[in-house]
Amino acid sequence: MNVELSRRAFLQTAGAGLAGTTLGAFGFADIESAHAAAIRSFKLANTTETRNTCPYCSVACGIILYSKGDLRKGEKADITHIEGDTDHPTNRGTLCPKGSALLGFVKSPTRLQHPMVRKPGTDKFEPISWEDALGRIARLMKADRDKNFVARNNDGVTVNRWITTGFLAASASTNETAFATYKVVRSTGMLVFDNQARV
Amino acid sequence: MTNSWTDIRNTDLVVIMGGNAAEAHPCGFKWVTEAKANRGAKLIVIDPRFTRSASVSDVYAPIRQGTDIAFLLGLINYCIQNDKVQWDYVKAFTNATYVVKQGFTYQDGLFSGYDEAKRDYDKSSWDYDIGPDGFAVVDETLANPRCVWNLLKKHVAVYTPEMVERICGTPKDRFLKVAAMVAETSSPIKAMTSMYALGWTQHSKGSQNIRAMAMLQLVLGNIGIRGGGMNALRGHSNIQGLTDIGLMSNLLPGYLTLPTQKEPDLATYMSTRVFKPLRPNQMSYWQNYRKFFVSFQKSMWGDAATPENDFAYDYLPKLDLPGYDLLRAFELMHQGKMNGYFCQGFNPLQAAPNKKKVIESLSKLKFLVIMDPLDTETGRFWENHGPYNDVDPSQIQTEVYQLPSTCFAEDDGSLVNSGRWLQWHWAGGTPPGEAKRDTWIMAQLYLRLKELYTKEGGAFADPIVKLNWPYANAGDPKAEELAQEINGRALAKVTDTADPTKVLAEAGKLLPAFAALRDDGSTACGCWIYSGCFNENGNNMARRDTTDPDDAGFYSKWAFSWPANRRILYNRASADLTGKPWDPSRKVIEWDGQKWSGYDVPDIAPTAKPDQVGPFIMNPEGVSRLFTRGMMRDGPFPAHYEPFESPIVNPLAPKVRGNPAARVFEGDMAQFAEAGSKEFPYAATSYRLTEHFHFWTKHVIVNAVMQPEFFVEISEQLAAEKGITKGGWVRVWSKRGSVVAKAMVTKRIKPLICDGKTIHIVGIPLHWGFTGAAKKGFGPNMLTPFVGDANIETPEYKAFLVNIEPAPGPAA
Repeated sequence: MNVELSRRAFLQTAGAGLAGTTLGAFGFADIESAHAAAIRSFKLANTTETRNTCPYCSVACGIILYSKGDLRKGEKADITHIEGDTDHPTNRGTLCPKGSALLGFVKSPTRLQHPMVRKPGTDKFEPISWEDALGRIARLMKADRDKNFVARNNDGVTVNRWITTGFLAASASTNETAFATYKVVRSTGMLVFDNQARV
Repeated sequence: MTNSWTDIRNTDLVVIMGGNAAEAHPCGFKWVTEAKANRGAKLIVIDPRFTRSASVSDVYAPIRQGTDIAFLLGLINYCIQNDKVQWDYVKAFTNATYVVKQGFTYQDGLFSGYDEAKRDYDKSSWDYDIGPDGFAVVDETLANPRCVWNLLKKHVAVYTPEMVERICGTPKDRFLKVAAMVAETSSPIKAMTSMYALGWTQHSKGSQNIRAMAMLQLVLGNIGIRGGGMNALRGHSNIQGLTDIGLMSNLLPGYLTLPTQKEPDLATYMSTRVFKPLRPNQMSYWQNYRKFFVSFQKSMWGDAATPENDFAYDYLPKLDLPGYDLLRAFELMHQGKMNGYFCQGFNPLQAAPNKKKVIESLSKLKFLVIMDPLDTETGRFWENHGPYNDVDPSQIQTEVYQLPSTCFAEDDGSLVNSGRWLQWHWAGGTPPGEAKRDTWIMAQLYLRLKELYTKEGGAFADPIVKLNWPYANAGDPKAEELAQEINGRALAKVTDTADPTKVLAEAGKLLPAFAALRDDGSTACGCWIYSGCFNENGNNMARRDTTDPDDAGFYSKWAFSWPANRRILYNRASADLTGKPWDPSRKVIEWDGQKWSGYDVPDIAPTAKPDQVGPFIMNPEGVSRLFTRGMMRDGPFPAHYEPFESPIVNPLAPKVRGNPAARVFEGDMAQFAEAGSKEFPYAATSYRLTEHFHFWTKHVIVNAVMQPEFFVEISEQLAAEKGITKGGWVRVWSKRGSVVAKAMVTKRIKPLICDGKTIHIVGIPLHWGFTGAAKKGFGPNMLTPFVGDANIETPEYKAFLVNIEPAPGPAA
C-alpha cells in the first residue's frame, strides 16, 4: 500500500514526543511512564489500513478501509471501519451522508452471497454451484449465438454480428473489469452492448 | 470535466445548472465553498427546485425543466448584444471566422435538410466552404454574412430576455441579473466554471444543452483556463472509465468507433477517419487514428491480427444501425427479438424508463444473467411484490441467474473520476460467501465459451478462440495484468520516428505513452488515451504524492489523468497568440520562445508555435466549434425544442413536437401526452437526494433510516389547488403508469408562468424499489417516457407530464 507513514502512527509518535519534552521538562518522568501505561491503545491499532476510493459518485473521495486481518499476508480480512482519507486532495478526509455509511454497504444484509437460479415459471431462487451456473450460461450463449449469428448481411458483406443477446455493463466496476468485459463481449460479435453512462 | 474538482478553487463565478452539486456531489462542492470564501467567487444556481446548492448561491434563478437551451442561447444573445465577448479568443480559437456553405438555413425550428418521415436530416449543407487549396474558407474581418459568427448572431437573436421569460418561466429581471454576472467573465482575467450533471443530459436534447453552455464558455474565453471549463460532474464512480473504454454498442476503446456494414475492409474504414487538417499547420491529432486502431486490434487478437488479414478487421462486428443502446435493447426485447441479456452491476428495471415496458420486455427473454454485489430488482423482476411489481411468476418463462460479485472494498483496480483522474484502489476485505470478482466471472465464462467452440466448432469461432488472453492464471486475470494491457506494450523494438537511434521501448516492454504507438502491428494497446497509466515507471495510477506547486490545484503527481497526465484539457487556450497567459495569475502553461511549459502537461506539441498551431488539436480545424458542421444529429447550433411531453406548445416553432431528430419507436409516440394536455397538466421531473445513491443505498441501513420512503414534492400552491395535505397520500400518474406516494409540500418548488400559463412542477425522487432495507416504493420510472436524446439516447427522465390527486394510502 502507498501509505508511506500511516497517520495514526504519526500521531502516536508525535504524542510520545510531546510527552517526552513537556512533561519531562516539568520533572514528571515517572508519572509519564505510568500515564503512558494507563492509556489504552487505539482499537484501530490492531487493524490493517487499505487505501480505496468511494464507489458512489465520481468525485471519487479517498477513503481508508480498516480491517481485521490482512489480505496481503494471505489472511481473511473483515472490514470494521471506513473513513475519509485526509491526504486526498479532493475530499481531504471529508465524506458525505452516503460515503459516511459505506461500511453498511459492504455489510449490507442484501449483499449477494451465493449463485442462484430461478427456473422458468417458478416463484423462487434456488442455490446453484458456480460450476453449474457458468457452464449453463456458456451453453445458453453458444446455443443462441450459433443459431442467430449473422456472418453476412443481405448484400453479402461480412458483418459478423450477434444481436439476439445483449450485455449491459456497470458504472462502478474498475477499468480493468471493463477491459476484460470488453474483450469477452466483443469477441463474440455482440452489438447490444451498453453501460450505465447513458442513463 | 475539462478541469478537475480541485481546480474549482480558481474560479470567479460558478454556474450550477443541470446539476445539484451540494447534494449529489457534496465533497466536490466544497471547492465551490472554498472559491467563495477565499477569492470572493460568486455562485449562480439555475434549477426548477430551490436546492441546497441554491440555498448557498448568490443568485438563484428558477427555470422550467427542459428549457435550458432557450436560457443559454439567451445568455449568448446577451453577450453579443452587449459586446461581452472575449474577442481575441473567439477570433483565434473558435470557428467564428469560418464561412458556411450556401444552402444552410434555419427556419420554423428546423435546419436545412429535414426529412419528416425519417425524423432525420440530410446534413450536407451543414458545412464550411472549402477553398481550392483544400482548406476551409475564413473571413478574419467577420464581414461575410455567412461566417459562423454572423449566423450565430442571427440564430440567437430570437432569445431575448422576454422570450427567455416566456419559455423558461424565469422572471426577466432575474435572467438579466444572471446574464450581467456571466457576461463579466468575458474579461481575459475572469473565469467562470460550468458544473452540470443529469439535469442536462436526461433530455431529448441533452447533448445540445451541453453544447449551448460550451459555446457560451467559448464566447467568454473560459475554456482551457484555470477556474473555467465544462465540468460534467458525472453520476457514478466509473461512468467516465466505462465510457472511455468504450463499453457501448458503437465504440472501441478511446473513442474510436466500431465499423459499420458500409465499411467492408480496413481501407474503407480508414478512409472516413483520416482527419486531414482543415487549416494550414494544424495538428489534427486524430490523424494518428490508425495507430490507435491497429494497436487495439493487436491487444484483442495478438498474433492473429496481421497486416495480411487487415489486423483481424473481420473479427469486429459491423453495425447496421447507429447503435444498440439501452432503449433499443428493450425495444427489441419487447418485440421478442432477443433471447439473452446480461446485467453487470446495472439495475435497469429501476433505472430504465417506462417500467411496465421493461417488465414486459424482460419477460420475453429466454435467459437473464445478473452479476451484482446487491440483490437488485432486475434480478427479481419475475417476483410478485404487490403494486410495486405486479407480475405473475407462473407466466414468466425467463431463466434467471443471479451471480454474486465483489464490491469496491474487495477488489483492486482503477476508477476514473469526473476530472479524468485514474485512481488505483486496493482490496481491504474478504468477499462475502461465494462472491467473486467480475474479472474472475468474465474469465470463467470466456474459458467455457472458448472450450465449447474449440471442441464443437460453431458460428465464426475464430474471434473467440483466438482472443488474446495472456494472463498468468487464465481463469483469474489480475488487475495489474489488465492495467498493463490497457497501457500497451511494444511487440517489437519501437524507435523515435525523428531519430531511429533513439529507442522508445524495447520489445516486450511497457509503452511510455501513446506517442509510441505504431500502425504496423509493432505495438499493442487496449485503450490509447490511457497509455502512460502503467508504464516502466510503475503503476502511475497508484501514485499518492500530494505535491501541488504554488497551490495551483493540479496535483500532477497524484494518480494519473488521461490523456498524458494532463489536468486541464485545451490548456493551450489559457495563453494568447504570443503564448503568454491571458491572466498571469492563472497561468497553466507558457511559451518561452522555444517550447511550452508550466504547471500542466501542455495540450499541444511542446514546440508548436503559438501563432501558428491552434489549441484544439483534436479538431481538424485546430480551433473549437461554435458551429459543429454535421457532427450532431439535431443541428449544428442548439435550438429550443420542448420536451416530448410539454405543458406548452413550442412558442418558437408550434408545429415541431419534441426534438425533431430524436428517435421514437413505433408505439411509444402514442404513449406521450400531447403538448398542453388537460389530462396531464403538470410538469414532472425526477431527482436524487443527498442521503441516497441511486438504488444502492436503500440496501444500507443507515441511509434507509435517513430517507426511508418514497415521496413526491409539490408547491404549496398546487397542494392548495388540489386539496393535498403535507404528508398526505397522493396518486401521481402519467400516460404510462401510476404511483402512490406521500406528498411533501414545500416552498422549494414554486409555480412558474410560461407562455402566459401557470405551470406547476412535481418533483419525484428515485431511490426506492422493492429490495433492500428501505420501505418499498415506486420510483419515477413507472411514469417516465421511452424516448432518448437525439445524439446519444439518454432517456428523457427530467421532463414529462403527470396528473396528481389526493389518494387513500396503501393498505397497511
